[in-house]
Amino acid sequence: MELTLALAIGVLTGSGVWLVLRPRTYQLVIGLSLLSYAVNLFILSMGRLRGAAAPVLGADGNWNPADYADPLPQALVLTAIVIGFATTALLLVVLLVARGLTRSDHVDGRESR
Amino acid sequence: MEFYALLLIIGLPFLAGMTAVLLPSDSRAPATWLAGLTTAACLASTIWLYPAVSSGGAVRHRIEWVPSLGLDFTLRMDGFAWIFTFLITGIGLLVVIYTRYYISPEDPVRRFYLFFLGFMGSMLGVVLSGNLILLVVFWELTSIFSFLLIGYWHHNQAARDGARMALTITAMGGLALLAGVLVVGHIVGSYDLEVVLASGDTIRDHPLYVTALLLILLGALTKSAQFPFHFWLPNAMAAPTPVSAFLHSATLVKAGVFLLARLWPVLSGTPEWFTILGLAGMASLVLGAYLAMFQQDLKGLLAYSTISHLGLITLLLSLGSPLAAVAAIFHMLNHATFKASLFMAAGIIDHEAGTRDLRRLSGLFRYMPITGTLVMVASAAMAGVPLLNGFLSKEMFFAEAIETHADSWVDTIAPYAAVLGSALAVTYSIRLIHSIFLGAPPPESFPREPHEPPFWMRFPVGFLVIACLVVGIFPGLTIGPFLHVAVSSVLGAETPEYSLAVWHGFTLALGMSVIALIAGTLLYLVAGDYLERSESAPIFGRIQGQRLFERATVAVSWRWARLIEEVLGTRRLQPQMRLLVAAAIAAGAIPVVASGLGFAGSVGEFDFAFAGLWCVGMVCAVAAAHQAKFHRLAALALLGGTGLVTCVTFVWLSAPDLAATQLVVEIVTTVLILLGLRWLPKRSESLVDPEGLAARMRRLRDLSLAVVAGVGMTALSYAVLVSAAPESIADFFVEKAYSEGGGRNVVNVILVDFRGFDTMGEITVLGIVAVTIFALLRRFRPAPDTIERPEQQRIQRSYDEADPDREAGATAAEYLYVPSVIMQWMFPVVIVLAAYLFLRGHDAPGGGFVAGVAMAAGFILQYMAAGTIWVEDRLRILPVLWIGGGLLIAALCGTASVLLGDPFLTSYFRYVDLPILGKMPLASATVFDLGVFTLVVGATVLILIAIAHQSIRRLRAARLEGGRQVEEQQQWS
Repeated sequence: MELTLALAIGVLTGSGVWLVLRPRTYQLVIGLSLLSYAVNLFILSMGRLRGAAAPVLGADGNWNPADYADPLPQALVLTAIVIGFATTALLLVVLLVARGLTRSDHVDGRESR
Repeated sequence: MEFYALLLIIGLPFLAGMTAVLLPSDSRAPATWLAGLTTAACLASTIWLYPAVSSGGAVRHRIEWVPSLGLDFTLRMDGFAWIFTFLITGIGLLVVIYTRYYISPEDPVRRFYLFFLGFMGSMLGVVLSGNLILLVVFWELTSIFSFLLIGYWHHNQAARDGARMALTITAMGGLALLAGVLVVGHIVGSYDLEVVLASGDTIRDHPLYVTALLLILLGALTKSAQFPFHFWLPNAMAAPTPVSAFLHSATLVKAGVFLLARLWPVLSGTPEWFTILGLAGMASLVLGAYLAMFQQDLKGLLAYSTISHLGLITLLLSLGSPLAAVAAIFHMLNHATFKASLFMAAGIIDHEAGTRDLRRLSGLFRYMPITGTLVMVASAAMAGVPLLNGFLSKEMFFAEAIETHADSWVDTIAPYAAVLGSALAVTYSIRLIHSIFLGAPPPESFPREPHEPPFWMRFPVGFLVIACLVVGIFPGLTIGPFLHVAVSSVLGAETPEYSLAVWHGFTLALGMSVIALIAGTLLYLVAGDYLERSESAPIFGRIQGQRLFERATVAVSWRWARLIEEVLGTRRLQPQMRLLVAAAIAAGAIPVVASGLGFAGSVGEFDFAFAGLWCVGMVCAVAAAHQAKFHRLAALALLGGTGLVTCVTFVWLSAPDLAATQLVVEIVTTVLILLGLRWLPKRSESLVDPEGLAARMRRLRDLSLAVVAGVGMTALSYAVLVSAAPESIADFFVEKAYSEGGGRNVVNVILVDFRGFDTMGEITVLGIVAVTIFALLRRFRPAPDTIERPEQQRIQRSYDEADPDREAGATAAEYLYVPSVIMQWMFPVVIVLAAYLFLRGHDAPGGGFVAGVAMAAGFILQYMAAGTIWVEDRLRILPVLWIGGGLLIAALCGTASVLLGDPFLTSYFRYVDLPILGKMPLASATVFDLGVFTLVVGATVLILIAIAHQSIRRLRAARLEGGRQVEEQQQWS
């Protein structure tokens, strides 16, 4: 379980970094999305992995913290997902507008060499 | 009461300066009156405060600023500060009167008085600060205002250069001073001036004493234009003359020696203090006087003379004896008096004769006898002629120079240097008088016919010269008591017996005065003609600190900067990203290398289903990375695949809230990117040239970076995952979620209650992003190759047009007929779903974020089903209002608790019975969550619609000439 998730985070990061280093704006958008998946999973994993222990308190009134997964990374990731959507949208629009102004979808606004 | 007077003295100049800006630009008289009355009010308050300090006490008041850092706004006026305040406001008033006649109508008067008053306020701040940090703040303010004043005539290259040089030198000194003060604060444990003054022994015995001393001296010596930092002062002479009279005689340059005297009880008396200050003072004294002789510019001569006189004061302070300190303080006052009058007289001469060049000026006495007389008296005071104030302090200086203070060669040569410096002062003073006023008028006429200035322009000069005379003849009756108050406030119990009499009998000091007078006169008789013709000073004229300064400036700010830019700088994004990624990897690797990474720990069961899931996820990610260049749609679909796997992982790992949010966000992201795809250029593998070797190498390098980053993250995550969880604050949230937050969904309670303020910030960001996107797209200009309809639409349209029975666009509508009916029917369902997600949020997975995005997805479905025009004919969505409303609800909800006396965003909750819905938890946090929901709906819808709208705009734009963008009113905003 741990190994799988660690590998997944690594592969997502690697793919994201590769795309972020590419010259086309669209590659950048996809790359940042992949990176944000990786980062969200990484933050979540800081609370360690727990199955079937969602931090929703039961009705019995016996709330032992050890029975629940760490809610704090989840709260952090939740806002990160929404903000990630906003920044992806902003990036996309900036790139579209830049493409309209520069006639190029290269990240520098013009083809290199 | 006293405190308010102090506050008035400091605050009024700044206030008046800001008022001056509001005056009309050509208002000379009101601006002058404003400045004059302000200065007069400060002067009056100062005089009124005298009884409070004359008994030896200090007026003091502390306003807490950042007490945790030891930083307070403390004002403190003792005798020494009083006499400086009096000097600043008194000479300030005279300078304002003088300026009224000096500044020409073409010059912007408002600006002058703004800077002037600002400078005066900062200078008073330096003098009256009771906290060392506050003092440094005002100190730097004086540097900035002096920069602005020197550069007042900024159309003049020399003024700009001089201002820049003065700022560079004095501000660097100020930074050193700040560091020095911080060291002192570290030693003493307080920045309060009184505490520092009381802990002299602690400071002097501390191992950091030399560091603190060096840094503080650096600040003081740069400010007072002492060797080797003296060169900025002559270059600052490009300033208007009132500025020179105020800043470069009485105030700014005195700040350095003021600080030395202020900290004299704490820092002086050590060999380091004696040697450094003694050498700097002696070098400035002799070198300044020597260079002053050779100046051809009248103000240049006065500037070098100032360096020399400040050197004298520095030398006196270096000696470490209380009597020398008395002489130093006395000379500070005397020098301010005669030098300010001389500067103002120089301005009068420049004004009336049209030049300040000593070679061109001659025989002016017959044109302006009164001014001539005044200048002669002031110059005599500068030279140290008996019966004038300069003589008194100079004689005290001689007497102190003979005394042995420390057994070193510096002390041995001090008397000789003193006599030499004074003799040279006599020479340049005679030269000043002789070449300007005596002799025949020059054969070529003056640029203007010289005449006496208006009475009130000459008044300040006359007033100061009379002060020189009165103090020089009756020192004990006039300056005596004030000097005593000032001196005893610095020296305290160490205050020595001293006498201010004109005649002390035939002493060695008197002999030295006589020698200096005679030698200086003889030197002028011998070398006067040579001085008149010389272009630059021999030998020492070649030591040009200025040249070094310029070289250093060019090297640092031009050559090195260019070099770094060439080596490291690039305007291309990819190298920057590479650097960024490499730096991030390094930042992650350094702690790992330093402390190692442990992989030993408890490992959970290996789950084949989970592994299989992620096999799909990883393949999707890698394939997306591979396809993103040529197959955008495929890459988007693959990205969605990874997103879904992530979503399932969240469910797997007990994070249902995340899973729900991820799912709806995944949908809107995909829709968003789909909408954007249409504006990107065609790119096909067959159209691209095969890559060269360099490009392959680049790709290989990027690939290795990506692999390193991936492997690093894997190792890091694995190490974290197998290690035991540390003590976390999560327990607190779980335990208190219900009892204090009133909700059982801990994640939601954290978001809307415990960390509500963070969430508030986050939704604000979301709103800002949405509005930014909206603004960016208002003037969107598509690239020319994307203006035309997409190929698929063209084919459909041509099919429609070929058949006269078909409407345009019918094919597309038919394609989507079934899905669009379903989607329209789904709209109410989506609304109910969003409401459900929202309402259950506090107790079960759900909440404002996920409900908001779901609601937005419902809206966008309608757009997709029926087209923009159809939807907007039937539905008025005002997303900007949703955003504003959401933010308002959240903020009001937070403010409500403030009104009830609790901190911002405190929540209340109780259970209420609602009809139909049953027993419901109702917390005020739910209202906050409603704000979150509303804003998220607004922001998401605004983003999506803004992009979707471009398709209709594009058609209108294309219809009008050649794709030129047309402003259109957008009804949905």
